Amino acid sequence: MTDVDAVLTRVHHEEWARVVATLARRYGDLDIAEETAAEAFATAVERWPVDGVPPNPGGWLTTTAHRKAIDRIRREARRTEKHKEALMLSDTPQPVDAVEPVEPVDAVEDDRLRLVLVCCHPALAVPAQVALTLRMVGGLTVPEIARAFLVEESTLGRRITRAKAKIKAARIPYRVPSREDLPARVTGVLAVLYLIFNEGYLATDPAQHAVRGDLTAEAIRLARLVHGLLPEDGEAAGLLALMLLTEARRPARVSASGELVALGEQDRGAWDRTLIAEGHALVRARLACGQAPGRYQVLAAINAVHTDAPDVRDTDWSQVLALYDRLVRLDPSPIVRLNRAVAVAELDGPQVALAQLDGLPLEGYHPFHATRADLLRRLGRSEEARAAYDRAIALAGNTAETAYLVRRRDQLAGG
Amino acid sequence: MAQYLVSVLADSSQLATEQEMAAIGAFNRQLKAEGHWVFAGGLSSPDTATVVDGRDGEALFTDGPFLESKEYIIGFWIMEAPDLDVALRLAGQGSKHCNRRVEVRPILGA
Repeated sequence: MTDVDAVLTRVHHEEWARVVATLARRYGDLDIAEETAAEAFATAVERWPVDGVPPNPGGWLTTTAHRKAIDRIRREARRTEKHKEALMLSDTPQPVDAVEPVEPVDAVEDDRLRLVLVCCHPALAVPAQVALTLRMVGGLTVPEIARAFLVEESTLGRRITRAKAKIKAARIPYRVPSREDLPARVTGVLAVLYLIFNEGYLATDPAQHAVRGDLTAEAIRLARLVHGLLPEDGEAAGLLALMLLTEARRPARVSASGELVALGEQDRGAWDRTLIAEGHALVRARLACGQAPGRYQVLAAINAVHTDAPDVRDTDWSQVLALYDRLVRLDPSPIVRLNRAVAVAELDGPQVALAQLDGLPLEGYHPFHATRADLLRRLGRSEEARAAYDRAIALAGNTAETAYLVRRRDQLAGG
Repeated sequence: MAQYLVSVLADSSQLATEQEMAAIGAFNRQLKAEGHWVFAGGLSSPDTATVVDGRDGEALFTDGPFLESKEYIIGFWIMEAPDLDVALRLAGQGSKHCNRRVEVRPILGA
């Protein structure tokens, strides 16, 4: 990779959302914003290797995209008088010639938050929110997103087009919601980012790589952006910390032979210390602020306890259990109870934990059977353990996870 | 400003209770006071509907609704709002007042 290529990649990461967001606000049209931003980057790819990288790459891209947007609007306005009329009638009358193309990049910080909130608007279906966020804010191409979420490119293209059309026709506003509306809206944004992260961390399809570093990286990048824009939001900080502490363990999570490595068996020397330090700092800052933590903050704290232990035997399980108790109060779902039972097993033994799994309505959820299988194995109830592993294997989709479960099952005594 | 059709959905022919009527009245006054009011109305049940097809000259009449479905529209508001967020907030209040689910759709070009 040449230096210019590296700069282009970095600038694309850093500036894409800014450029799109500025244009979206200016022209009130996601199509124009996205397409002209893409054209501006394409121009940069041609010009920078010849002319050199401009001193302010973000400003250069924004200016170029603005010029292209203006050209385009003029072209379209000339094409039909009707179009021109539509432009004049648009909500934010913007005389084309009055657009001053250069804008200080720092002044548009809020535009990106606006863009994230528009993409994650609750009036859009969640798959559309995910796709739009990755396209408009993340700058991923439609084929990239389609690959990540295993949908046909044409389906995804239609989903994005439809979402953009709804934004325009229904007038989903380009606005940061009022203070009282913001927390509810941020919840949706964080949920979308968490979905993107989880799809990367444990790809659900056997045809995919077990871990998709590109998607986890993208989710973290967007979570950093949201946390940076809303530093006071505890859950935004919590989600970022949760992602960092989870991502830190990624290098140790799948063996060379492509098998999932359970937390207790991971080579902790392979964990990413930088990410752990950053995650811990975020968790500590949230604890210090004294506000009651939400779901992501508690999950981050649980991960902080795990990543704090140099060896699995040093894990402070009573702390983990206390945090799960807290989580159950925030979210009394069966999945949280299942995870809590894992901590119970460490403190009170597998028998007690197993009893707590009875009756959880998780028949179709493979981690339920995997956890039961492990507890039964530890209790020496091999036949029941085998049946539970079989059930988990039948339901699991992730290749590394299936490999792990198969090995565990085949190691059972009396096979 | 844009206009939105807020349809009130129901799956029974039960008319609004007196309490619901009073709440709807109060909400309508609020819409007027805040400048969102365009029009509103309740609809007779779907079995009072007649479908008319005049595309081939002489109009053809068919008794009943154009669509057989469990849920149907029993009333509507046409509201004026600057954007969808405002329309959705109003629709939420409307749903609460009339005690039924509602659907929000932008009116083209309005």
